[in-house]
Order: sequence, then structure tokens, then C-alpha cells
Amino acid sequence: MKPSRAAGRLTPAPENFLDAGQIAAVQAGRREFLRGAFLAAAAAIAAPEAEAATQAGDPAILELPEHSRGLGQPVVARGYGLPSQFEKNLQRRESPGLTRVGAASVSFAPLQGLFGIITPSGLHFERHHQGWWDIDPSRHRLMVMGMVRQAKVYTMDDLMRLPAVSRMHFIECGANTAMEWGNVSVPTVQYTHGMLSCCEFTGVKLATLLDDCGFDRRNGRFVLAEGADGSSLTRTLSMERALDDGMVAWAMNGEMLRPENGYPLRLVAPGIQGVSWVKWLRRIEVGDQPWGTKDEVVHYVDLMPDGTLRQYTSIQECKSVITSPSGGQFLLDKGFYNVTGLAWSGRGRVKRVDVSADGGRNWRTARIESPVLPKCLTRFNIDWVWDGGPAILQSRAIDETGYVQPKISQLRAVRGKRSIYHNNAIQSWKVAESGEVSNAQVY
Amino acid sequence: MLRSISRAWVPAFAAMALALAGASAALAGPYPGVGRSATPAEIAAWDIDVRPDFKGLPPGSGSVTQGRKVWDDKCASCHGTFGESNEVFTPLVGGTTAEDLRTGRVKSLVSADVARTTMMKLSSISTLWDYVRRAMPWNAPKSLSTDEVYAAVAYLLNLGDIVADDFVLSDANIAEVQARLPNRNGMTRDHGMWDVRGKPDVANVACMKDCAVEVNVSSIFPESAKGAFGDIAQQNRGVGATRSGRGDKAAPALAVAKASSMDDVASRGGCLACHSIDKRVVGPAFKDVAAKYRGEPGSEAKLVEKVLNGGGGAWGSIPMPPNPALAESDAHALVRWVLGL
Repeated sequence: MKPSRAAGRLTPAPENFLDAGQIAAVQAGRREFLRGAFLAAAAAIAAPEAEAATQAGDPAILELPEHSRGLGQPVVARGYGLPSQFEKNLQRRESPGLTRVGAASVSFAPLQGLFGIITPSGLHFERHHQGWWDIDPSRHRLMVMGMVRQAKVYTMDDLMRLPAVSRMHFIECGANTAMEWGNVSVPTVQYTHGMLSCCEFTGVKLATLLDDCGFDRRNGRFVLAEGADGSSLTRTLSMERALDDGMVAWAMNGEMLRPENGYPLRLVAPGIQGVSWVKWLRRIEVGDQPWGTKDEVVHYVDLMPDGTLRQYTSIQECKSVITSPSGGQFLLDKGFYNVTGLAWSGRGRVKRVDVSADGGRNWRTARIESPVLPKCLTRFNIDWVWDGGPAILQSRAIDETGYVQPKISQLRAVRGKRSIYHNNAIQSWKVAESGEVSNAQVY
Repeated sequence: MLRSISRAWVPAFAAMALALAGASAALAGPYPGVGRSATPAEIAAWDIDVRPDFKGLPPGSGSVTQGRKVWDDKCASCHGTFGESNEVFTPLVGGTTAEDLRTGRVKSLVSADVARTTMMKLSSISTLWDYVRRAMPWNAPKSLSTDEVYAAVAYLLNLGDIVADDFVLSDANIAEVQARLPNRNGMTRDHGMWDVRGKPDVANVACMKDCAVEVNVSSIFPESAKGAFGDIAQQNRGVGATRSGRGDKAAPALAVAKASSMDDVASRGGCLACHSIDKRVVGPAFKDVAAKYRGEPGSEAKLVEKVLNGGGGAWGSIPMPPNPALAESDAHALVRWVLGL
């Protein structure tokens, strides 16, 4: 009559509600305090075995809950829907100590709790350079100028009349995983990889706007994008990238952009680090040289071991990470697990993802879920049975150019430990016999 | 060219804008009726970028001496009197030598124990000029005059021992400064991460079986740091394979502290650039202010006066700047909120 516990689920076992002294008490046969201890815990989960022994089954089944016996809420109780009250643990979070000023900081997406490849708009990571604004779209303007036949001004009305495209792309900050160049310094995948999101964007191709203004095809080799916020952040894009798949987007995941993501207009620069996806976009300039802006000369430069700074390291190279099981989680039982994660490449499609459970000695190829799109997150899954022993989980992505995601030791051999940006190393999660999963480096 | 047009011309351009808007339907292009031509005044208003070849640099000048005044008034509270402060932002100057000025490569960039300053990395002086004009001061970007930008940049260059105390920076001599910049030769674009077809600098191979790797855990998240990231168990969902935590009591939903609306007012008012609720930033923590003044007769009026008109001396050498844009009612509400923390 005991409800069976499927081996391998991350079910909290009864002993995990108890401290060592309480477990000793149970073993000595003193169980009377258990009832009280379990009452709180049992509310939301299957009845623990000790309780179930006295019952005909799971109270979640036997005692009909209020929602099965009463009248629920009407339509439009919330004009704009919200996540369940039980989902509050998944929040964007700042990494303690990483930045000092909230208006020039970053919040990380909770990758450990997300499914598929689309990031919910409200959990998209944030990076602001001088604070965010909620700009009145009727007063927003985009100017396209520089080496063009006709410098033009577009209102949002104008832009939304133009031929629109919808594309799914990942956006990753160039500094994602930056804290891990030297050694492990953060506990969970939210902080190691959470400057990563993926959405469907709708907007007009940058090529459409450049054509409309008659850009100089011979000498116009670069494009400058500029934001309307206080920082008026500027980034140079090569004309080749601009014309290939650059977009000026107003929509994200079927709704307008969120203010934190650049409402009402942002640049989408597929495959290129997030800083180039200029938010609150106000101006596009065509020119014949790069602009050497602050975020191209002083920041977003990769320091090499000989002291040289690499400028314009824009492409986000192929990378992957297991999102579950991942750092900060516990495996409480031996048995079956679905190991799942994300892979992506700024150079195109993900071709394959391999997963190792023994620290990289042996690998198996994971299942890749569709869709598999260029410069877009790709979800992978693979079966794994944990034997209860120590394990080290890793994923390794290969993109359509044949590039294989590198080990941290290979990256360090070329770039040292102080380049901050573009750490796309294989991530290791160490599983201890206790079931605790921790962030580790093994190469 | 455009930027040399004097302000007297602006009204004329406004009239022109109307004329152009009327004519826009006639613009040749693939999307008739969409968008209109930009007026010269509009372009001049927004085209503020300055490139490394100094395209876009407006004429003007500013001395180190003038720069020191701009600095003390508008920059020092965040960056420190000598641009050395590591309190709010990372230091702007330091780490460069006279030898670097000669070679154009900052030697200390190879040292692991030297914190990187702006001046150590800067390869083009235009970058600094452009950024100061577009984004500084922190809470009032684009408020400096052209000459003030020249002066502030001149002062920073002086702090970096790149120009003398009596130097006057101008559009005419900025190229000479470029030729003295300590890290002018310290950068490269010779890598495969700008072109989407560029050649990667590392090459792993996809070994599948019995791969020759030595699996040594070289680094693991330290037990001692666990508390620093809050309760990790409460950063996972309460059901499913991604729940976390030993002793995870049915993963109670995280009680998310509701940000008070005054938080918002403080943020919008720019207060949070220098203050935070519970720790000292540039100015004192709000909670420390509350502890000091709470219950003191007349403290509210006294603090409102400081918030609106500035003050100094109570918490150290950095003065509280005036906040003329803040409504008096907001100032009262803010002070009452702070005193109640």
C-alpha cells in the first residue's frame, strides 16, 4: 500500500527533512515528532513513506483538493497573465559582487529551470550600461544616415509598415562565463551561463533600411548602431553582418520588446555578442571605418598573455552547457535521469552534441530537439542512469563548420586566464556520492 | 562640416524640416511613403560620434586647469579627485609609465596583479573624447559643453602623465596626443572572431571512446562561498527533476521582497548612483542616515534641504550634490522613507 517511489527522481527522501539528530531518533524508534515535521512538508509533495503507512494512499489523491470541489476564477481575472504563484523561485538574479552599480550591471537568466529553447520575455537576461527606460513609442525615432544617398528618419509607424521578418536567435553576452577563466567562482548554471537568452524577434531587416536610404555599396563597409538611452551605447557592425541577417526589431516572443530589452526598438545581430544588439536603437550610420567606441576599445576587448588587446572579437563561438542536473542541485536516488541542456553557435547551426558522465573519457551523442536553426539555441537530451558513484557530467557541441567546443585548458593555452570575454569552454558538473552536484573544472 | 553650423541656423532648419516632410512622398526608393528625409539640424543633433581618425570631432579646446574644475564639480564624486577611485567604477588612470609613452604598449598589461585602468587599455584618444561627451556625467549624460569635454579629457591625460600641467587640448593638437598614448600600439584585430568565417584560435577534437584525458578536479566551487549567492535551494523550481537542495523542505516559494515605490523614486532621482540602502557607496547607506538622524527634531526639513540644495561635511569629504530636478514633494517623501528604513 505504500506509494512507490520511482528510482531516480529527484524526490526529497524523508531523511532529508531531518537533521542528523532526528535521523538518529528515528533509528532509535522515537518517531512521535515525525508527524509534526512532515505535516508542513507533505502539503506540496507525495506523502512520505512513514505517513503513508497509516493511510490507504496518497492524500493528494484521496482527499479531494479545494480546486476539485469549488468554483475557480473567471476569465480576465488577470488582463495580462502571470506565472503561477509556485514559480517564484525562478527569477533573474544579479551575481553578488560582480558589479557595483545597479544601472550598469547584469542580471542572469535562470537556465536551470527553463525548458526548450525560448526564453520567457520576463526572464530574459538584462545588461544595461546606464540604466533602462520605458520609452514612449510615439516619440521614438530611428535615423539612418552617413554614407547614404538619402539620410532618413523613421517613426515606429513607418518601420512597422515595412516588410517584416520573424527569426529565432540566441543572444549571449561576450562576458558570459567570464568568472570561470581562472577557476570556479560561481555555484550554478544561472551564474555560469545565464547571460544567455533566445527569443523569436520580429522586425525589419537592416538590409531593407540600408537599401531604402541608398547606402554606398562601394565604400560603406561598416555600420554604427547607437542607442537612445543615457549611455547612447555605440557598436560597429561589419556591413557584411549587417546585410546578411541584421535586423531592427520591435517584437520579441509575439509581443513588443520588454523595456529592459530595448522597447520599442533594438538591433538584432545574430551570432554576435549581446553588446552589439543595441537597445532603444535611435541611429544607424554607414561609414568606411570602424568607430573605436568605448565598448570596442576599453571594454569587450580580450587581453592576451602577451598584453595585446584583441579588439572586435564579436562572434560567439560554439558552446553548450548541461542545465539539469547542474550545480546546486541534488540527486537523491540512484537510477534514471534525463540529462538536458543547450547548445549554440554564432557561426551557424549546431550539428551535434556529445555528453560524457566520466569527465570526458567516454562520450555519447545526445538527442537534438527540433527546430535546429542557425545562431539559435538548440535543446539536447540524453538518457543517463546514475549508479550512485561519483560522476562528472559534461556536454560538447559541434557546429556546422566542424568546430568542436574546446576544453578550458585549450582556451587557456592560447588566451591565458585574463581575457574575460568569450569563454566557451566545456562545462563540468561534478556529481558526488551524496548526490550533490557542484561546479567543477577538470581539464 | 555639419557641426560647424551655428545655432542661429536651427530655426531655419525647422522650417526646412516641414518642407522636407511635405516632399518626402516624392523621395525615390523601394518603399514609397515610408520615412522621410532627415534635416541637417536633426543629423547635427544626433551625429555625435567621433572616430579614431577624428572624423566627427568638433572644434574647441580645454585646458588641464579648466578640466580640474569640471572634474571636481562633476566627475570626482564617482571617479575620485585623481581618477584613481575604485569605489563606484574601476580606476581611470594608473599603471602606465614613461617607457609606455615611448613604445605605445603598456607593459603592466602582462602582469596578473595589476588592475586594468582605462588609460592602460586606451588605444585611441577619440574613444575617450566620444564617450565623455555621449555618456558622462553618469547621471546627466550629454550635459557637458564641447570645451568642457576637451577640458575633462585634458585633465585625465594630465593625470596619466601624458600631457603637462599647462596643456590645452584642442582639435588642432589632439593627433599629437594620440601619438603619445601609452597603449596606442597595444591592440590587434588579427583574430578569427570578427568575420563569421574567421579561423578559430583553438581546435578541439571530438574523441568518443577511451579518450586520453586526465580527469583531475582542478577547481570546484568552494564550500566557504556557498552563502554568498543566497539560498541556492530557493533558486530552483519546487517540483520536477530540477529541484535542489539537501534539507529542501518542499522547496518553499521564495518570498520576493516587493520593491517599494520609493525605491523607484530614489532610482529615478539618480540617488542610487551614489547611495544604496544598506551599504556605503559614494555617499552613506540610507540606513546609516536613518540611524543618525531618526528622532532628531527638524531632521526631515534639514535633510530635504540637503537633498534639494546639496551639502557637505557630514559623511566625509565628498559633498552631496544639489538635485534641482527633484520635486520638493518627492524630496520630502524620500527623506521620510529613508528615515523609516
